[in-house]
Amino acid sequence: MLSYLLAIAIITLIYLLLSFGLSLQYGSVGLINFGHVGFFAIGAYTSALLALSGVPLFASFCAAALAAGLTAWPIGLISLRLRDDYFAIVTLGFSETVRIIIVSEKWLTNGVQGVPGIPRLFSSLPVGFEAQLATAGLLLAVCTLAALAMWRIIKSPFGRIIQAIRDNEDALKALGKDPARFKIQVLMLSSALAGLAGAFYAHYITFIIPEQFVPLVTFYVWMAIIIGGVGRISGAIVGTVLLMVFLEGSRFLRDFIPGVTEVEMASLRIGVIGLLLILFTLYRPQGIMGDYTKR
Amino acid sequence: MTFEAVDICKAFDGFEVLRNVSISMPLDGLVGLIGPNGAGKSTLFSVISGFMPPSSGHVTFDGMSMDGMSASARARQGMVRTFQVPKEFSHLTVRENLMAAAPGQAGESLSGLFLRPGLIRQQEKALKARADEVIAFLRLDRVADSSAGLLSGGQKKLLELGRALMVEPRLILLDEPFAGVNPVLIAEIMERIRELNGRGIGFFIIEHDLEALTRLVSHLYVMDQGAILAEGEPAAVLAEKAVRDAYLGGEA
Repeated sequence: MLSYLLAIAIITLIYLLLSFGLSLQYGSVGLINFGHVGFFAIGAYTSALLALSGVPLFASFCAAALAAGLTAWPIGLISLRLRDDYFAIVTLGFSETVRIIIVSEKWLTNGVQGVPGIPRLFSSLPVGFEAQLATAGLLLAVCTLAALAMWRIIKSPFGRIIQAIRDNEDALKALGKDPARFKIQVLMLSSALAGLAGAFYAHYITFIIPEQFVPLVTFYVWMAIIIGGVGRISGAIVGTVLLMVFLEGSRFLRDFIPGVTEVEMASLRIGVIGLLLILFTLYRPQGIMGDYTKR
Repeated sequence: MTFEAVDICKAFDGFEVLRNVSISMPLDGLVGLIGPNGAGKSTLFSVISGFMPPSSGHVTFDGMSMDGMSASARARQGMVRTFQVPKEFSHLTVRENLMAAAPGQAGESLSGLFLRPGLIRQQEKALKARADEVIAFLRLDRVADSSAGLLSGGQKKLLELGRALMVEPRLILLDEPFAGVNPVLIAEIMERIRELNGRGIGFFIIEHDLEALTRLVSHLYVMDQGAILAEGEPAAVLAEKAVRDAYLGGEA
């Protein structure tokens, strides 16, 4: 049981890294990114393939963040000078393109068969509880560092500018600032975090297939930050924890509801989240923790 | 040391909004632009400030061509505009609005943010002091810590002027700075503009409040139907029959 809870904690912390990035993009800058999972996938495959070819895990994790961050650069360059809604479409297309490339480039990614046998973190520890605990601890430290860095960014002159972008981009241009530069930096930073999350995911699950990187992952993260409250670090944390606890916890719910099959339960789960999302946008659009930018 | 717009034309779907508009003013001048609604004044501002490409024509600033330059690059060269409908950063406070406008802040780069915290603290302190000077100058003290979105229309106009000042520009393009501002405050803003002009900052001002504008500027352009109708010393320009027909006749 304890190891099951730990497993939930690890997945939650991995999603938290994804939520932080999206929260910074949407909450502070107002970017609508529907392709966050693409950067997650790039991180996962980069670190997995490098590790399997003998690169030490520390280096492969760094490479995962770097690869995802650098991929974001051209995406931002071509789409962030366009209107906001184009960015949403371009990123959605990007993440699906990444998935399809993973499916078709079998020589590199083994296609739909996936990449098995990815080395675990802390392989010197015995498999099981101890290794899990160490992984969770490392993730907690990384998430804490990420939260501190985000907090520093939001409270800084850089944070002031990205909030100004969300309010009025033209005014900022008229004052001599280049909004696209700031948006690209935020995109690259969040994507690097997503890449790092991908590396943790790959080395925790130890087996990755393209089907794990569908747009639903992006939308789970969206749900988390909307329910928790956009533009707040605490909102990302609360939303992610609630969503993951619900997603995992509802597996057991089936035992108490007679006559519901596993497949039906999965659909029911999505349905409940959808309903929650609608209720939240209608009655509490600022999320549980509220939006600090609304004073 | 002049600002020039030469033969600016702008057409939307074949409809000519600006027809061979030419403006020339010293960089430290105080020049006004009037014209009935739809004359093309704000479009001219958008073209000059780089928010809209002209169909043809050139803009030069202190001898440097600004053709093809982005809006933000033009602002960095020292030419800053305000907007007819204020574009405040509504979720930031008045002070933060001003601080966001200042150029050259190390804390606005991600690397600077994490590598040079001392320098940033120092810069922020100096910047806050400068913002407070502008706040006092524009009498916005009472609302300095309010969200800009909550200001009145007139206060937003002042905030736009304040933000422009933070850039330390050489020329400010003001789009209807007196719209929605109460008369007492208008007199004060005019005084501030004169004071700033005395320090060498040029102003090119679109305004509907003719009376205020003619008292303020030393040179006046009149636009009608996308073209310059008249220009010169304000009193003389307003005495011209064509101007009276196009503008005053239409308004009175």
